[in-house]
Amino acid sequence: MEALWLSMKLAACVAAILLVIGMPVAYLLAYSNWRGKFLLESLVALPLVLPPTVLGFYALVAMGPRGPLGKLWIALFGHGLAFTFSGLILASVLYSFPFAVQPLVASFEGVDRRLLDASAVLGAGSSRTFCRVILPLSLPGVVTAAVLSFAHTLGEFGVVLMVGGNLAGVTRTVSIDIYDRVQSLEYGEANRMALVLLAISFSVLCVVYAVNRRVWTPWPAK
Amino acid sequence: MAGEVKATILTARIRKERRGAGASSFILDVSIEASPGITILFGPSGAGKSTLLDSVAGLARPDEGRIVAGSDVLFDSGRGIDVPAPKRRTAYVFQTLALFPHLSAEENVSYGLMDLQEEERRKRVEAILKAFRVEKLRRQRPGEISGGEKQRIALARSLVTEPRVLLLDEPLTGLDAELKAAIVDDLRAWNAAKGIPILYVTHSREEVDALGERVIALDNGRVVSAGAPMDVLDAPRRKKLAQAAGFENILSATVLDLREADGVMRVRLGESACEIEVPLGYAAAGNRVQVAVRAGDILLATERPHGLSARNVMDGRIISLEQRGTMVIARVDCEVIFVVHVTPGAVRALELTAGRRVWLVLKTHSCHLVE
Repeated sequence: MEALWLSMKLAACVAAILLVIGMPVAYLLAYSNWRGKFLLESLVALPLVLPPTVLGFYALVAMGPRGPLGKLWIALFGHGLAFTFSGLILASVLYSFPFAVQPLVASFEGVDRRLLDASAVLGAGSSRTFCRVILPLSLPGVVTAAVLSFAHTLGEFGVVLMVGGNLAGVTRTVSIDIYDRVQSLEYGEANRMALVLLAISFSVLCVVYAVNRRVWTPWPAK
Repeated sequence: MAGEVKATILTARIRKERRGAGASSFILDVSIEASPGITILFGPSGAGKSTLLDSVAGLARPDEGRIVAGSDVLFDSGRGIDVPAPKRRTAYVFQTLALFPHLSAEENVSYGLMDLQEEERRKRVEAILKAFRVEKLRRQRPGEISGGEKQRIALARSLVTEPRVLLLDEPLTGLDAELKAAIVDDLRAWNAAKGIPILYVTHSREEVDALGERVIALDNGRVVSAGAPMDVLDAPRRKKLAQAAGFENILSATVLDLREADGVMRVRLGESACEIEVPLGYAAAGNRVQVAVRAGDILLATERPHGLSARNVMDGRIISLEQRGTMVIARVDCEVIFVVHVTPGAVRALELTAGRRVWLVLKTHSCHLVE
C-alpha cells in the first residue's frame, strides 16, 4: 500500500507541474506561427516514441553527481538528485510531457478564432483573453491533460526503474512493486496491486472520454 | 475615454496582398471614407469586404496604407504606426457574432468594460441592454437565445464600449425583413446621439435598400463605385456586381434605335431576332450593351398575353424546370435563354413542363443596362 500511495503522490505532483508548464508551451504551439515550430513539436512528442529506458538513461546521466542537473542540484540543496523522489518527479514530467501538452494544444486550437478577435477588439490583451476566453472554453482539454498525465505517470515503469531505483517509501512505485512481487513469486499480492491499478486506469480513461464526448459539460454546447 | 464624441470621420487607404496557392493571390487595394452614419460596403463574397474591416479593426495588417479615425492615426505604414486591436476603440460585430458561449448575455456585454468601476459598468450595461430590448435575457447564455436576440446582444456588446467606429460584417443575415428593420431602427436611434461612422458589410440587395444612405461597391479588391444606393446598384456597372445584386440574366445586346422622348431604346438580344425595349442609357444605335434582368422580375404565361402595360413579350419554350427550396428555376429558350423564377404552385396550376410553349413578359424598367 505504501507503493500505491507513493505512486499517487508522484502522479499528482507530475500532473500539477505539467499543467503549469504545459500551458505556455501549448499556447505557443497552438497560436504562434514561426518557422522552427516543428522542432518544438517534435521535441514535445519525443517521449511518445522513445523507449522509457532511453529517456530514463539520459535522465539518470544528467542527474548523476557529474551530470549538469546533478551538479546544480547539489549546489542548491546539498544532495544529489538521482534516486530521490524529486528526481523521479523531474524524469516523470519529461516522460509525460506530450500527454499534457497535446490535449491542451488540441483544445486551444479548437477555440473559434473569431472569439479571440472579439476579445481583442473589446480591449482585452492576450493574457486577459487567455484567462477569460481560451481557458474556460478549453476546460475539457485541461481535464484531459491532467487526467492523462496522472494516469500515464501512475503506470510508468522503465523511467522509474532507471532513475528511481527501488527504495521503499522513496522511489518504489506501484509498478515496481508489482514487478518485485512477481519476481519473488508472491502472485496473490501482485494480483491485488495490479487489479487496483487496472481499476484506477480504467476509471481515469472513462473520465477522459466522458469529458470529451460531452456527456456532461459545465455549459450547454453552442 | 470620451463621454461626448465629436463627429468622427473614418478614412482608410489599404493595400493588402493575400497570397494563396498558385495563382489565387488576391490584392485588396482600396481607399474609402466614411462619415458619421451608415456606409454600406457591398459586393460579392471574396470582394475583400471582410479583409477591409479586419484591417480597420487591427486584426489584419495591411502591407501599406493609412487608417485614420477622427484625429487619431490607427495605422500608417509610412510612419510605422500600428495601434494594436485592443487599443483602437473600434467595435466589430462579426458575421458569426462570436458571442462568448460560456458567458451570460450580461457578462458578454460587460466584457469590454473591465477597466471601469463596478457601479459605472453596471449602469452602462443596464442602459444598453434596455436600448436593444434584451434586458430580460441577461442571465441566459448565447446557446439558449434565439437568432435575432443574439444579434441584438452582439450589437450591445460592441456599442457599450463607446467605440469611435462601428464595423458590422453581415450582422443581420438570416433574419426576416421585419426583425432586421426593427434592429436597424434601434441601431439608428443609438447612433443618432453618438454620430459615429458605421461600416456595414452586406451582399444582400434588400439590406442595401433598407439601410441605404451611402454605398461603396467593392469587387475583386477594388472600389468599383460609390454613392447613393440607387446610383450604385440600379445601374450596375460591373457584371459581377450585377450578379451579386440578384440579376440572374445578363444578356449582351445591340442598340437598334433611341426614343429619347419616351426615355427608352430598343435593343436586339444577342444574335437573335428577339427585340426588347429598355430604359434609355448612354449609348448610340449600333453600340453593344449588356442588359441585366432579375429572374424574379419576369412574368411567365402559357397563352399569348394582351392588354398589358409591359412592353416586352417574347415567346419561347421551357427547356428545364429545377426545384430549389420553395422556388422553381425555369430556363426558357426565346432564341436567347432566360432564367425565370416561379413558385411550385404556379408550376402546378399552369402545368408547366419541359418543352411547353410559354410567353415571357418583361417591364421596360425591369431591364437594367450594365456598362
